[in-house]
Parts: sequence; structure tokens; C-alpha cells
Amino acid sequence: MADINNGYLLQQLQGKFEADIISADEPYGMLTIEFNKNKIVELLSYLYNHNQLQMQFLTDVCGIHYPDNAGKELGVIYHLHSLQNNLRLRIKCFMPNNAPEIDTVSSVFASANWQERETFDFYGIHFTGHPDLRRILNVDEMDYFPLRKEYPLEDQTRTDKDDTYFGR
Amino acid sequence: MQNNELDLANNPEAKEYTTLNLGPTHPATHGIFQNILTMDGEIIVNAEQTVGYIHRAFEKIAEHRPYYQVTPLTDRLNYCSSPINNMGWHMTVEKLLGVQTPKRVDYLRVIIMELARIADHLVCNSVVGVDIGALTGFTYVFQLRERIYDIFESVCGARLTTNIGRIGGLERDFSNETVKLIKEFLVEFPKVFGEFSNLLERNRIFIDRTVGAGPISAERALNYGFTGPNLRATGVDYDVRVMNPYCSYQDFDFTIPIGKQGDTFDRFMVRQQEMHESIKIIKQAFENLPEGKHFAEVPEFFLPPKEEVYNNMEALIWHFKIVMGEADVPKGEVYHSVEGGNGELGFYLVSDGSRSAYRLHFRRPCFIYYQAYPEMIKGSTISDAIVAMSSMNVIAGELDA
Repeated sequence: MADINNGYLLQQLQGKFEADIISADEPYGMLTIEFNKNKIVELLSYLYNHNQLQMQFLTDVCGIHYPDNAGKELGVIYHLHSLQNNLRLRIKCFMPNNAPEIDTVSSVFASANWQERETFDFYGIHFTGHPDLRRILNVDEMDYFPLRKEYPLEDQTRTDKDDTYFGR
Repeated sequence: MQNNELDLANNPEAKEYTTLNLGPTHPATHGIFQNILTMDGEIIVNAEQTVGYIHRAFEKIAEHRPYYQVTPLTDRLNYCSSPINNMGWHMTVEKLLGVQTPKRVDYLRVIIMELARIADHLVCNSVVGVDIGALTGFTYVFQLRERIYDIFESVCGARLTTNIGRIGGLERDFSNETVKLIKEFLVEFPKVFGEFSNLLERNRIFIDRTVGAGPISAERALNYGFTGPNLRATGVDYDVRVMNPYCSYQDFDFTIPIGKQGDTFDRFMVRQQEMHESIKIIKQAFENLPEGKHFAEVPEFFLPPKEEVYNNMEALIWHFKIVMGEADVPKGEVYHSVEGGNGELGFYLVSDGSRSAYRLHFRRPCFIYYQAYPEMIKGSTISDAIVAMSSMNVIAGELDA
């Protein structure tokens, strides 16, 4: 049996998803691929059911915003972990600002549910097919997505706020 | 109350459910989060969670602050074991910078992190006792937690939100006072903790109340992204300290306690055993403490001692540059995780080479596993749901970031 390492993982992925892997890199020892966002569920199911790889643990889902990358402004980053082989994989999917949509992976991983809600909450990325896509940490009435780069932190010197109840 | 008209003529089995608000400020939830329970008599049919009451926008703030100013934010994630969060963050930055820390730093860090783990587990386990009516154990073991905080205080000057350590090491080596406190703690802990264990571990009432409360299978737990003691209670021996050793954890001899059924009793017992293992690790680290410096040679990140800042031009320049966040960092992205008090605490850091992170995401273990709570308590009573929640060690600060 072949050694299960980054090289083997990339080879398996290229065999199956040759056309969908946009780029591959290995920063700080973790294999990182940029992937076609339309096939994310297919990729995760493949890795989940793969006999050798068994990537059955979704460590993390988070969003990212690059306002200067035209057509690829918003991204979702998945961290997968194979507990059997102790191998990690980072998958990035990018999408344009005007159509931030990607399929939900909550059918594969139950843990994706809230993490995708959090990503929606902060980046406004719509997860198609998500069972309950609502804001999670911010208030429901909020009309912007705070972690996008165009929203600045509150001005620390503003004076128009009533802070009576905070003793200031 | 739900407003559903009962159509008993057509459906004689129809029921009217009661809606019950558990939280947001219920004393037994130990933090601010709400559960809207749908009850059939005293059986829970469904639960809907609301979180985010103490969201403080840490990830947004972290994008505007130099790396050092992120450490106090990590304090406020899982505030029961803040040194683990602080050091996890420092190790993430060290990984980005490629800094190799001396062995002594690793061992000192291990001692502090394991003390923090004991403090975290003590709070969680004694609170499980409180929620079924055993207040004595809680007040008793809090003396031990006090001893641990005394040790933190002598190392860094703070007790709860410690902001302990620096990028590249610790702010100062252990003083004689610290060594004395740790030695005393190692003697005192087994005595007091033994009494606490005797009080609960084989107590008939305690066992009856916790066995079978809020169970989850290993398969579901993995699918829900469980980590830490909650995952190990289901029988999966995943521990970041063993699987991806950081901070020289490979040097220590310890076992990973696991449970079987993933219920409240197993979670409690896994934490109890882990405290013994932590003591073992602390003893080993203490006995084999290597000689050397308590910091790595990274003058651009490790704050120089104050006496030098006042008397040495170079130290003053470094101090100024570090405080203003002017040191160069490489571009890149790095994920680093540590075994926190309640699971795998991960830091995903994207650096664009500027003074602050381009993107920093905290993988907060309890945010991920708390979503399994409705599934765990469906069909059980409220009293079981309460102990199940406290045994999951959900910390509101970490949940809401």
C-alpha cells in the first residue's frame, strides 16, 4: 500500500478531479487546493468515502474576502482531517461578489451547519440547500456582513453615542 | 405557548406541546445562551438554540491589531483555561515566523498549560456536581483552582485572563516563588482531589443521575465535529497533543483516557482521569526541566526586559517596534491547533505581510459541538438536559467569540 501523505492525496485528487483543481500548494506542510466551487459536495463525499483516505472529520469552515480579486472576491475555506491517517487538507473555493453562492456540505458533515451559518452571517455567502440559513452570532436585523473588508471598525473617538449606562 | 388548535375529532392522538424558555440567563446554563424547549409533559421533544449574546467581534478586531494585541482577545475565548489559548496563539505566530523555541520554553509552557487544563476540568466537573445538588465538592475544589491561579499570578501577574507569555517564549522564567507554589500544589492536589473523587465517582445517586444522560454515539460525535473530552467519552482517542504533538508533548509519557457510551458520566470520568494525566505530565516536565533560556532568539518579537529598555538604545528600539507592530512577518497561511480545555482549539491565520492578520479565524471547539445538543437531549427530561449541558463544558465566551 502506498504511503498516505500529501503526495498520495494530491495524486488521488488529480486522478478524479483533474479539471476542477485550479491550483495546489503546500504552505507549512498542509496540502492546500483551490477547487471548483460547483463540485464541493462531490469532492467532500469522495474524500469521505475513499477507502484509504477516509477524510471524515471536518475541522473548520470559514470565509475570506479579497476585495481586489475581481470575480473571486469571496471564498470559503474548508479544513478536513483524516483521523485514521493524520492527514489534513485545506480546500478553498472562490466566488464572485455579485453571486456568492455555494452548495452546502451539511448533508455530508453535520458540523458544517453552524459553521456555514456563521460564514453566511459574516460574509453573506449563501449556502444552497442549507436546512436553516439564518444569522447566528449577529442580530437578525443587521443589514450588512461585518467581516467583509469594506466595513471598518467603529471609530474609537466617536462622540454621538449615549454611553450613560456604561458610566462614561 | 404554541398556538395550535387541536383537531381531536380527526386525530385523537393529537397533543398540545408546551414551549419553555431555558435561558438566556438561567443559572443552570452557566453562561448566556437560550434554549427554546418544546415539551411533552416533562419530556423534551425539540430544542432550538439561540447563541451570540456575548459576541464581541474578535475576528474583526484581530484584523486591525498587531499580533501581540490579539493575545488578550484569546484570553476571553475559553476563559477557564486562558493560558492554553494564549500559548496556542503564540505558537501559531511562531509557526508562521518559523521560530524554533528552546526546550526549556516548551517545558515551562507545558507545565502552565496542564495547570490550566486542570483548572478547566475542575470547574466543569464540580459544576456537574452542583447541577445535581452536590454543592460541597464545588466549593471544596475551588480552593485548588485558587492555588493554580496563584501560580499564574506569580508567573505573569494576572489570574483569570492571563495574557501569559510572549511570541518566542515566556516573559520571565519561573521564580523561586513559582517553583515553591507548584511543588506545594503537586502535594496538595492529590489529597483534595481524592476526596472530591470519593464524593462523586462511585456515588450511587451521582451515577444514577448521570449514566445515560445526554448520550451521543462515536459516529455522530465525529460527524458533529466533537473534539476533546466530549469526543473521547464516546470512545475515540483523538487528542491533538498525541496526534500532532506541539510544544514537545512527544517527550512526555501519558495516556488518553476514553469512555464508552458518550454520556454525562463518561464525560465526567474522562475529565477526572485527564486531571491525573495532567499531574503526571507536570511532574515529568518539572523533573526533567532542561537548562537554558526562557525565550527564543527573536528580538523582533520577544519584548526585551524593562531594565534594558530604559538603559539600552537597541532594546528601546525593539521595544518600540514591537509595541507599534512594526516587525516584518512573512506572507502565508498557517493552521495550528492545540488541545484546549474542551477540544481542538485551532487558529487559522492568513498573513499578507502587514502588521496585523489579513484574516484570523478561531476554530472554537464548543461552537462546533454545541450544535449537537438538541439531538442529545431529545426524549430526555429537563433535569437530564441540564447535567448534559454542564458536562459538555460549553463556555459562552468561546461559543460567541
